[in-house]
Amino acid sequence: MLMKSLYINPEKCTGCLQCEMACSFENEGVFNPARSRIKVFTFHDAGRFVPYTCTQCDEAWCMKACPVEAIVLNAATGSKDIINDRCVGCKVCTIACPFGTVNYNSASGKVIKCDLCGGNPQCAQACPTGAITYIDADATGLERMRLWATKTDTAHHAAA
Amino acid sequence: MAWTKQILRVNLTNGDVSVEPLNMGWAQEYLGQRGLATRYFVAEVDPTVDALGPDNKLIMATGPLTGTMASTGGRYSVITKSPLTGTIACSNSGGFIGAALKNAGWDMIIFEGKAPSPVYLYVEDDKVEILPADDLWGKSVWEADELIHKKHQDPQIRISCVGRAAESGCLFSAIVNDLHRAAGRSGVGTVMASKNLKAVAVRGTKGVGNIKDPIRFMREVTAQKKVLADNAVTGQGLPTYGTQVLMNVINEMGALPTRNMREVKFEGAHSVSGEAMHEKRKTDGKPNLTRNAGCFGCTIACGRISTVDQGHFSVANKPEYWGNSGGLEYEAAWALGPDTGVDDLDALTYVNFLCNEDGFDPISYGSTVAAAMELYDMGVITKEDTGGIELTFGSAEALVKVTELTAKGEGFGKILGLGSKRMCEKYGHPELSMTVKGQEFPAYDPRGIQGMGLTYATSNRGACHLRSYTVASEVLGIPVKTDPLETDGKPELVIAFQDATAAVDSSGLCLFTTFAWSLENIAPQIDAACEGDWSVEKCAEVGARIWNLERDFNMRAGLTGADDTLPKRLLKDAANVGPAQGKVAGLDLMLPKYYELRGWTTDGQLTDETRSRYRLPA
Amino acid sequence: MKHIIIGTGPAGVVAAETLRKRMPEADITLIGGEPERPYSRMAIPYHLMGNIAESGTYLRTAPNHFRNLDITLLHQHVNSIDAAAKSISLDNGNMLTFDKLLLATGSRPTRPPLEGMDLPGVVSCWTLADARKIIAGANAGDDVVLMGAGFIGCIILEALAQRGVNLTVVEMENRMVPRMMDDQSGGLLKQWCQSKGVTVLTSTRVKCITEEKGKLVVELEGREPLKVNLVICATGVRANMELADGLLDTNHGILVNERLQTSHPDIYAAGDVAEGKDFSTGGYSVQAIQPTAVEHGALAAINMAGGEDALHRGSINMNVLDTMGLISASFGLWQGVDGGDSAALDNPQRYRYINLQFEDDRLVGANALGLTQHVGVLRGLIQNQTRLGKWKHKLMEDPTRIMEAYLAQHVPRHGP
Repeated sequence: MLMKSLYINPEKCTGCLQCEMACSFENEGVFNPARSRIKVFTFHDAGRFVPYTCTQCDEAWCMKACPVEAIVLNAATGSKDIINDRCVGCKVCTIACPFGTVNYNSASGKVIKCDLCGGNPQCAQACPTGAITYIDADATGLERMRLWATKTDTAHHAAA
Repeated sequence: MAWTKQILRVNLTNGDVSVEPLNMGWAQEYLGQRGLATRYFVAEVDPTVDALGPDNKLIMATGPLTGTMASTGGRYSVITKSPLTGTIACSNSGGFIGAALKNAGWDMIIFEGKAPSPVYLYVEDDKVEILPADDLWGKSVWEADELIHKKHQDPQIRISCVGRAAESGCLFSAIVNDLHRAAGRSGVGTVMASKNLKAVAVRGTKGVGNIKDPIRFMREVTAQKKVLADNAVTGQGLPTYGTQVLMNVINEMGALPTRNMREVKFEGAHSVSGEAMHEKRKTDGKPNLTRNAGCFGCTIACGRISTVDQGHFSVANKPEYWGNSGGLEYEAAWALGPDTGVDDLDALTYVNFLCNEDGFDPISYGSTVAAAMELYDMGVITKEDTGGIELTFGSAEALVKVTELTAKGEGFGKILGLGSKRMCEKYGHPELSMTVKGQEFPAYDPRGIQGMGLTYATSNRGACHLRSYTVASEVLGIPVKTDPLETDGKPELVIAFQDATAAVDSSGLCLFTTFAWSLENIAPQIDAACEGDWSVEKCAEVGARIWNLERDFNMRAGLTGADDTLPKRLLKDAANVGPAQGKVAGLDLMLPKYYELRGWTTDGQLTDETRSRYRLPA
Repeated sequence: MKHIIIGTGPAGVVAAETLRKRMPEADITLIGGEPERPYSRMAIPYHLMGNIAESGTYLRTAPNHFRNLDITLLHQHVNSIDAAAKSISLDNGNMLTFDKLLLATGSRPTRPPLEGMDLPGVVSCWTLADARKIIAGANAGDDVVLMGAGFIGCIILEALAQRGVNLTVVEMENRMVPRMMDDQSGGLLKQWCQSKGVTVLTSTRVKCITEEKGKLVVELEGREPLKVNLVICATGVRANMELADGLLDTNHGILVNERLQTSHPDIYAAGDVAEGKDFSTGGYSVQAIQPTAVEHGALAAINMAGGEDALHRGSINMNVLDTMGLISASFGLWQGVDGGDSAALDNPQRYRYINLQFEDDRLVGANALGLTQHVGVLRGLIQNQTRLGKWKHKLMEDPTRIMEAYLAQHVPRHGP
């Protein structure tokens, strides 16, 4: 099956945070960057903005570390989704994810992460500059993106 | 709804912090931000108050669309009485703190009194604390910003802060947020510092909800974002060149005030233009402009992120200025450049950095330097006054030196910190001050753009382009093209712009959207978000009400119609070159009609009829 | 092939699942000593708080999960291993043979060798059965002593406080969670607990526990005794190595190599019972933590299935702990290394603390208090051995900028 994937090009990002608002509105029902699954990091000195979220990595450190099977693979999109009813809020996934893209939400007592909005990521819809797009996984550039994402995979080669 | 319906009141004298419900009756009449905060201010502050005394108040206010996904919905305003003009001051800023304040659950903060020693306010949602700032006092905005972030160990805190300029009493000090956005004009920073309030640091995690009709709102927002994207100015011109897109345009039409407005064209305009910011420097091969940047929620992204050439004399051996920061926007570039005759882009960028770092308005500042240069040119000011600096028109070195002094409130910088009006009076030449009501002009010569003459003269906060930007019509043809050299029809144009602008400034949106949007595009977004009926007509009426309320405050503060004027230079000395050659600002041809259309007396006072028409407070 | 896995914690369950994926035809038996379906100890505190039912602690939720995977699940104690015969004997007298055996027997709480530790009012907090005892025995208004302010002790604090008991924590060391957090953050945790109404006695030893008029009397060194209704002992855990006695090489745990193989080539060990490779030190140690158990389980299974290139490069010791709402985390060599640099930011008033430990320009360890956003990136930086370059200096100036440091080094300048 041809999966789609979020493709982020930081060079196009102006740091407007439309993505963060779209994400939080979709997932929380309010405009709230503090609860966004995608986060734009500002490099003031370098004059650079880097949107960043879960790459839905194959390794799925978060999913494997979850003690209560509250993170599951979405077969349709390839995303790793939190099942809120199961999440107990133990936060093990937040330290297991070496990309830092699973965060604890103290208000709900659960963790949050990107689930690609079930296949229609609102961040990509909202981005005014094309810095965030949702494209076929085999499109040019994606492999390179995966490459830098999985550079972090050094613990073992146990991708089962 | 979109309002959080809660405001914070912070008494700095006794340290009390209280929570009040938002006056929703007023919200329906004044919308938010500029209008609503002014309504609070007028209700609570004696117009004759000493602007720098403890009885003046300072309000930081968001609009109902601040913090929402409406494009540019991140604005906030600072409302107080201006120490520079004695009028109401209302300075608008983008960046991210407005949205942070809203996300923390507050529509506005009202500061009153004066703290016994330096403090800063920390707001983390419902948690509000007045904290000591002794270690921050004497620090620049950039230093204080870093210290506060480190202290709270939270990179997501947003900070508004005053710099050393404000601390030392510079009368046109700004409140800088997010390092290089600013509530820049009219000395609002000076008022903040006079209250011993160094900074406001906000972390908001509650989010902005309360949208009346979320589905309709998102539909409107998406449609209106597309309008901005498809428009040549907001979709291409501003992202590419920023407001600096105007430098060459205005120069060509002979309306670029030059050397303290003695001339209307600047021979060095191109070298400090938006186009020049894209050109690779010969020295390091990099352009001045690194990239454009957006404020919160902004899909235009006119912001400039720039560097100064590391080898440039202004920053040689100062690696702390080698990184990127907020670059030149048109008004700043003009005031620091053409108005002082300096055509050195790196020098202007560095000086602009300093204006941000220590919080002072580059428009008023550049204009004041220009006046000082003219005084120096005339021999009125000498090297003895300047501490040895040769303050000649066109000297980048002199500009850099006096800026460093002004930032810290030292030496001749202290004199410049008085602003152009007081400085020129001090040296016995008030006619050289290019100001209205004590506030310096921005970058459009009213001899070449007649509507701007009326705009400046009648602006409620002294000379300002952002109260009715008729440049849009007279130069860019938005919404309709009018002849910039013609005075006929300008009173109507100015009033329409003044009212619409007051509404936009009260909504949480950025005025720059109006290159592509009119109230027809804006009102539906407000209406989808806010309870009540927000038609185009109601928005315009709210705008008119705000305008009259501000005017009323100013009149009660002691101003009169006689203050609605322009410097003699613009009324008597004709433009020397360009399309406007031979023209003066035709204010006398416009002002009476303006008063009449406003429903004011022939000497510019509000009538009872006008007051009751807008239901203004007695 | 016949695979037997002893232990139904995360290491055992993940191993069984991984084996099944790799070897669709193999005979896989998973044996656990507790009567419940495989569950997670990590979830017990949330069960104690009443946030979840017992079923919410289950490692796998689908009712027939193991049957569907054709994994035989036995609830039995294993009495012994016959290495020569490659068989094990069960409590019920049955004998099972194996080709490969995995010991994932976990660990159990230890009790200090003091008088009175075996009294009925003294309980551990380790199993669901323990949890039931605590729920039954800690009622509003009761006086309760928690012995040991380690990870387990801290994580159940909120649950106990929520039950409305008067709580006193007695810790032998000079601070809370001494094996996870440094002096400063351990001290702040104590301050935090006290601000929440919990009495915390550090550097305090329990002498003995006696019974008096239906109450337990906890005698302390140099302090007045405490009269309480319940004592919860959480002073530490020890690997369950009985099956390895005299059979396999052991130290604090069963010694394994990079393939999670014990001194017997057909017997593997994983999880809390295994003394596995430590990523940070290169040496071997017991890391009784969930992520390591999962890594061990998966890797052991791959090797049991004949996987070639599955060498364990070591697990990073790390922990995240929620102590009555204050979140602390530790990674790798948080104590620092000889000749390394460290950077710390401390704000006791706000319960914020972060400490980074560097070796050269690489992050090797960290402690954080009050940090909940992007905290995993600390693992990423350590695990990648990211050369921080000029970002080391920036982190020394402001250690909160970890995410930026990571992105600066890992997101290429001109697009992916």
